[in-house]
Amino acid sequence: MQYKDYYAILGVERKASQDDIKHAYRRLARKYHPDVSKEKNAEEQFKNVQEAYEVLKDAEKRAAYDQLGNQWKAGQEFRPPPDWQHGRTRSYSSDQADFAESDLGGFSDFFTHLFNRAGSSREGFQGFKQRGSDQRAKIQISLEEAFHGATKTFQMQMPEIDASGQMHATLRTIKVTIPAGVTQGQQLRLTGQGGAGIGGPAGDLYLEIDIQAHPRFSLQNKDIFMTLPITPWESALGAQIKVPTLGGAIELKVSPGSHAGQKLRLKGRGMPSKPISGDQYVILQIETPPAHSEEQRKFYENMAHVMPFNPRKDWMI
Amino acid sequence: MGNKEVMIVVNYTENAFSLDELCEACQISPNFIGDLIEYEIICPEGETPEEWVFDMIQLQRVKTVLRLQHDLEVNLAGAAVVLDLMDELERLRAKAELLERYILK
Repeated sequence: MQYKDYYAILGVERKASQDDIKHAYRRLARKYHPDVSKEKNAEEQFKNVQEAYEVLKDAEKRAAYDQLGNQWKAGQEFRPPPDWQHGRTRSYSSDQADFAESDLGGFSDFFTHLFNRAGSSREGFQGFKQRGSDQRAKIQISLEEAFHGATKTFQMQMPEIDASGQMHATLRTIKVTIPAGVTQGQQLRLTGQGGAGIGGPAGDLYLEIDIQAHPRFSLQNKDIFMTLPITPWESALGAQIKVPTLGGAIELKVSPGSHAGQKLRLKGRGMPSKPISGDQYVILQIETPPAHSEEQRKFYENMAHVMPFNPRKDWMI
Repeated sequence: MGNKEVMIVVNYTENAFSLDELCEACQISPNFIGDLIEYEIICPEGETPEEWVFDMIQLQRVKTVLRLQHDLEVNLAGAAVVLDLMDELERLRAKAELLERYILK
């Protein structure tokens, strides 16, 4: 496993006071908290900050960590010293409060090897039961998959405690059915698929849906938006145009006298939903054919002559 | 390291949680749920605690409040404001993405 430099992560000196450490944590937590942060990798950064604070805020853990010495560099291959006893002989009552707080699923190998106090000896002790930690994961699906529903398979590293009380990660493969009409950011709760409990039930797995951007359609809530390029004569004279929707192509009637930027609503053609499905909005975009030949140039000049039209007539310049 | 193939079918009738189920899922007390309702952070269907029904969105809001409290020391009054702002932010982000795509390109 790799050494983690908790002081560097919080941006403090090794001899920083507890106050310094608290301030550093507050500043970084605010910056990287995934719920409010705009930073890239916010979730990973935040996990590091949280883990560093977990160790350095506690005098005992900090002292134990300091004992490892200051020659280690972040990322360096690391082995705990053979006589490392911290956490293995502490009394049970003080363990319980700490244990309940830490989310074993979120911490690095480095942390769990140094500070893991779990052991099978705890299970029988006064019927101690600890529910497993909840896990979160994100899954990317296409807009078509969100519309029709889909079955997706993915893998997750799950923290588990084996018979000897050692923490390790197991690779678990999960196949999940995603319902039709799922929305951006929607979470699916997979009960019992979170971290294993200790003498208690497993936690849950919350799967967040992330819908990939689509080259043609845009999704806003339940509604689908797209632009439809049309010619000037289609806009002026009207037309029947075949338009794609997620449920298949349909014929759209463009009325004569339609103008650029006009939004045409296709009711019920958005994402399926209860009680009402979303709509598809088609935004008209008039494309002007370029004048290449002499004949085409003359045609346009004639057009200006036949239909004098000033879109800027209200401008007072 | 083991490999386990697990077949999960997500059960969507479970988009309705009772008070007990919500407390179990979030590992909190009914009193805490009472506080959240008082601050209008969540609003269940039903008249009495026994009849209360919560949906997935409300469960997510509860979890967000717990994170805000634990990670950022936000109190309940503050959490209520943060949640409103987060909703507004999400709405505006979606709108901005639309505009950027069709108008600002």
